[in-house]
Amino acid sequence: MLDYKPNIVLSNEEFNVVGTRPVRPDGADKVTGRARYGADQNLPGLLYGKILRSPHSHAVIKSVDVSEAEALPGVHAVVTSADWPETSRRLSDLAEGAIQNLGFLSTNVLARGKALYKGHAIAAVAAASPHLAEQALELIKVDYEVLPPVLSADEAMAPGAPALHEKLASLSNPALRPGGLLDEDDDTAGSNIANHFEFRLGDVEQGFKDADVIVEKETVTVPVHQGYIEPHAGTAQWGADGKLTIWSSSQGQFTVRDHTARFMGIPVADVKAIPLEIGGGFGAKTVLYVEPVAALLSRKSGHPVKVQMSRKEVFEATGPTSGTKIKVKLGATNEGKLVAAESRLVYEAGAFPGSPVSPGAQCMMAQYDVPNAYLEAYDVVINRPKSAAYRAPGAPASAFAMETAIDELCEKLGMDPLEFRLLNSSKEGVRRVTGPMTPKVGYIETLQALKDHPHYAAPLDGSAAGAEANGVKRRGRGIASGFWGNNTGPASALAVVNSDGSVSLTEGSPDIGGSRAAVSQHLAEALGISMDDIKPQVGDTDSIGFTSNTGGSSATFKSGWAAYEAGQDVKRQMRERAARIWDIPVDDVEYADGVLQHTSDPELRLTFKQLAARQVGTGGPIVGRAGVNPPGAGPSIAVHLVDVEVDTETGKVDVLRYTAVQDAGKAIHPSYVEGQIQGGVVQGIGWALNEEYRFDAQGGMLNSSFLDYRMPISLDLPMIDTVIVEVANPAHPYGLRGVGEVPLVPPLAAVSNAVYDAIGVRMDSLPISPDKVLEALWSKNGQ
Amino acid sequence: MPEVWLPPRVQTLTGGRQQVVVPGATVRQVINNLEREYPGSRELLMDVDEDDLLPGLAVVVDGETSLLGLLERVGEGSEVHFLPAIGGG
Repeated sequence: MLDYKPNIVLSNEEFNVVGTRPVRPDGADKVTGRARYGADQNLPGLLYGKILRSPHSHAVIKSVDVSEAEALPGVHAVVTSADWPETSRRLSDLAEGAIQNLGFLSTNVLARGKALYKGHAIAAVAAASPHLAEQALELIKVDYEVLPPVLSADEAMAPGAPALHEKLASLSNPALRPGGLLDEDDDTAGSNIANHFEFRLGDVEQGFKDADVIVEKETVTVPVHQGYIEPHAGTAQWGADGKLTIWSSSQGQFTVRDHTARFMGIPVADVKAIPLEIGGGFGAKTVLYVEPVAALLSRKSGHPVKVQMSRKEVFEATGPTSGTKIKVKLGATNEGKLVAAESRLVYEAGAFPGSPVSPGAQCMMAQYDVPNAYLEAYDVVINRPKSAAYRAPGAPASAFAMETAIDELCEKLGMDPLEFRLLNSSKEGVRRVTGPMTPKVGYIETLQALKDHPHYAAPLDGSAAGAEANGVKRRGRGIASGFWGNNTGPASALAVVNSDGSVSLTEGSPDIGGSRAAVSQHLAEALGISMDDIKPQVGDTDSIGFTSNTGGSSATFKSGWAAYEAGQDVKRQMRERAARIWDIPVDDVEYADGVLQHTSDPELRLTFKQLAARQVGTGGPIVGRAGVNPPGAGPSIAVHLVDVEVDTETGKVDVLRYTAVQDAGKAIHPSYVEGQIQGGVVQGIGWALNEEYRFDAQGGMLNSSFLDYRMPISLDLPMIDTVIVEVANPAHPYGLRGVGEVPLVPPLAAVSNAVYDAIGVRMDSLPISPDKVLEALWSKNGQ
Repeated sequence: MPEVWLPPRVQTLTGGRQQVVVPGATVRQVINNLEREYPGSRELLMDVDEDDLLPGLAVVVDGETSLLGLLERVGEGSEVHFLPAIGGG
């Protein structure tokens, strides 16, 4: 029995389906093993693709000899980047709104001219069996000229550092994450700094003069992987008609279609991308690695080809998040009012431009009312795998710096960190350092909900102050908050009314966290019918209109909105049919709770099911449709409280209790919101305590397996308590906000603050692994 | 008239001023009027050939990221910001 209220609803609107917890439509297939994921696609004549990867972190590819591999019996095709056109490395704006540097993307899929990290794809083979393909890889001869690797941002930014890209322009625009190249005739030396930009608000110098208390610190994070269970897998079939079909597990079938078409130099109309179920993505499956290679191999071999990564390949060749180094300085008055802040954020992008330093900077201070602030940010390329989005990309690292600095400030001020945040929280209409005003969001309500939670008042036995009682074990408590500016984007939905009164819903967002259920709930609510009557599916690129990636916590917002609008279209058509049957003006027909009724004659009444049965004879099939690009996603706020226990003999940190409070706007399906919160917290705990890419001196990853790359499992963790606060998003028909990413923002700082409370040492470099804890304790004790 | 908050690169054309007031009922009109007062600013905000905002640049009107770009309506008392969109995971 819970001793707290898990869902605090702060709006008065009543719903029938929204806010309930129906069984997910895809649940039975998933728990019985029938659901088909990326690796499950099999076709007659299927070949198996394998990829040869660079053993060097930085090398010129002088030549690639594939003749012996091609001659091996059972090998049907060998490809390199020479088998497709060189894609321009200028920035391009894809027709449907995505800004990309497709040249960099295609060169990450198959290296051209240089290998830029250990694991960079050089060539690929399609053969009759996976083992034959692996054997053929060993026959490919690559002549490398090995270059000195650049393995950190500090090295990359140093004068005279080897340039990864000879023509990389150093931009000064936070909008241009994908980076750009200098003109061919521009003699300016290429830079490893892909982007350098700043935001400024008020008078920072004066702000610090006005401050009574100032803290300054630097934090460091190393790359961590998204850690999805399902490795990347894709199958391509090049038909005799020149049309390409791709089956894969991704966060966006339209990205698979559009990028593959661009890389291959063919029209998007010739590519059909079919989404399969996805075993986790967390951002990294917004990027293509294997589908274009499978397509190239299929075109050359004339067979369907499946390319499936091993776990080692996933670690060594797909995007981890950026390593970061962040300096932060905060100033406050003795009364606890934040008056000045500044920060310098340096993010490692990996081998190509495009770290998430821009969102990291934009989110860092967004939940605070700080009148004078300055942010300076760097996006730096180094010889490591290209970083990819990871759940609130950029924000966990910047929150780690900001929220631990606030903890230090509170300690100096002698102020409760929750009270400090209540005093300094941003409110609707407060200007952010990036310029715009803060929209309506429930930061204060979320803080208040945590303050009212029993965890906040519960005693923490064995804290640093009373440590002796517990011998070598010390307990501590930490708090941190996080902000994320959710995304929106284009989305489409089709609602086909069936004769039995059910509705077949086709939408375009791959379902990575329960969105199929939540989007269906939008339609059921709009139509006033049961959730059981909605039959959802995620459509392929020929079956549904363009829908942008499932990413940026946007899927339920935008596809839910599309389903809502498709429902309005169905209602409009049903009112017209009822008017035709009753021979009355359509304005005399009202639709409420799944019933059509004459506005004044109670005898004239049809249920949704009754009218569905008569649709053909009253004008033909009823098909609701919507294509939307809705504004107003609204930001998300989370506040976390954690208790830890540190073993001062071994350095191990255990999480004893964790409470996460989050403004969800409106929880369409509260179970999936809770699941998102719990999942984000667990990933954050892993980031804080265990996870890290360990590299050798040449940039090779030393721990590319789940045995050595330690992610938390259920045995490591307590139940994560969740509290959903609902401060309705005024822009959305049902009030929702995206919920999937912000739960990963506070945990790094919350855990670090708790460890400090336990042992009195600031752990400013992640992960807080046992060896670091022991070294810190020994250093503190003069050992 | 709308108040336009300028990105650092455009501020080099306005003598360091972060905000300027220019007339306009749409984002396109605001940019065109900005160009009249501060020549060179348009090419830092939009791709004239493509008739669109520069790739990756978002326009925020009254706190709301616009999905209509140059076509977005701007009110007399509006605040207009040119910012990067936050890409998510």
